[in-house]
Amino acid sequence: MSLRERLASGGFAVTAEISPPRGASTDPVTKLAGYLRDWVDAVNITDNQGSNVRLSSWAGSLAAMAAGLEPVMQMTCRDRNRIALQSDLLGASALGIRNILVMTGDHPKFGDHPGAKPVFDLDSVQLLWTLRTMRDEHTLLSGRTLNPPPDCFLGAVENPSAPPLPFRAERLGKKIAAGAQFVQTQFVFDVAAFGQWMAQVRDLGLHEQCHILPGVGAVRSRRALDFIRDKVPGVHVPDDVYRRLRAVPEDQTAREGERLAAETVRQLADIPGVAGVHLLVAGNEQAVAGILAEAGVRTNEAGGRTNEGGVRTNKAASDGR
Amino acid sequence: MTPVPTHPRLGVRMAYRLQRVLRPNAGWRRLSAGIEASQTARRLFTGAERQAKQDLFGCRMCGQCALPVTGYVCPMGCPKELRNGPCGGVGADGSCEVYPELQCVWVDAYERAASQGRASDLRLLHRPIDHRRWGESSWLNYWQGRDEGLWGAAGASLDNAAGASLDNAAGASRDNKVYW
Repeated sequence: MSLRERLASGGFAVTAEISPPRGASTDPVTKLAGYLRDWVDAVNITDNQGSNVRLSSWAGSLAAMAAGLEPVMQMTCRDRNRIALQSDLLGASALGIRNILVMTGDHPKFGDHPGAKPVFDLDSVQLLWTLRTMRDEHTLLSGRTLNPPPDCFLGAVENPSAPPLPFRAERLGKKIAAGAQFVQTQFVFDVAAFGQWMAQVRDLGLHEQCHILPGVGAVRSRRALDFIRDKVPGVHVPDDVYRRLRAVPEDQTAREGERLAAETVRQLADIPGVAGVHLLVAGNEQAVAGILAEAGVRTNEAGGRTNEGGVRTNKAASDGR
Repeated sequence: MTPVPTHPRLGVRMAYRLQRVLRPNAGWRRLSAGIEASQTARRLFTGAERQAKQDLFGCRMCGQCALPVTGYVCPMGCPKELRNGPCGGVGADGSCEVYPELQCVWVDAYERAASQGRASDLRLLHRPIDHRRWGESSWLNYWQGRDEGLWGAAGASLDNAAGASLDNAAGASRDNKVYW
């Protein structure tokens, strides 16, 4: 079952994330895909995340497909102008990559080439709008006709915990109007705050027009915790979460991080309008199986039992492929 | 000139008052047509606009002014030049991701627009800008009606001709309608 079908069926979807390597080989993607294949509906392939040069997201997406895992190709506005972005969508679609996740992208200042020219020719809303027009109206931004048009399932991102808070749900509305069919969010560590954002989303009826997958991270170490809190733009780690992860002995931080992630998944699954979760576990792909099993949204047993959360099972996730 | 978030030196109420004065009418159209008829007049006028808007808004002369629907905070001061709202990297205190000591232009824009009941302006969808128009006078473009396709409602085509005019937008905003 594809991600699009899973979401359309109303099932609880799970996506994760793979960062392509710094090097000219797709082998690391293939290896990581092996950890995820039986557990997730699709995997994001990041686009030079954090403005650091990595193997391109389309090549990583092809490698994931070859390994039997459906890719979500991330596409940022940072490095390419409108000509290159449209061209890349055509290429991705022609090669069978269906899920495209559109985002603004981190500023080059934060990466390994801080002196690079920031492109940002289109913003994420304009890029969604452009891609939808290419697919639905068979035209480029220039007005020229496309034959055949691309086939794609368009995703967006949102950060519910970043100011201006009253505008964040409306911003999602803009992205949906522009073409977003699903949305993955930045890390959610503050479930209560996410719940407030979801209430605004439901008031606007947006959860009926777009599948919403909150982002859940599994903190591996104290260093990672400090990095996420202090260095990842726009992420809010509440004090009680921070204290909880600092309270355990350092060699158990990873275990506690997984436990917290599983609890968060369970809590999010109970919020009306949530269609699944996006596990932000790049570099920690092995943890996915444990988190999902502990959260009770997937089991690795054949036969697929329904779990306590009553969310959804199971093995069937991997069968449809 | 790199984009740097700039808090406007013009108060938001004064800005909206000026907006009513500057709204295109026969007088402004005649004046702008006259200015455009002479190379020198056009250059002088554009220079004056550049000076005034640089001082007031940190204007970079993209030539496609969005100020009327952004609480008069220039989105081209955003280091990512985002015209449809903030990125996801805004700090918890409302600071810019790239210049943490400065306020995000969209946080500023939202607060200013909301303070005048114009928060729904920020729902408008802004089309990609035309990079050939940097350095042009956006006042002349505005009075001559060349700016009309800059933003539109949802479902509108990306084709500029289908854009909503500023007057429609401001009217809809007052009625608190949703554009997307």
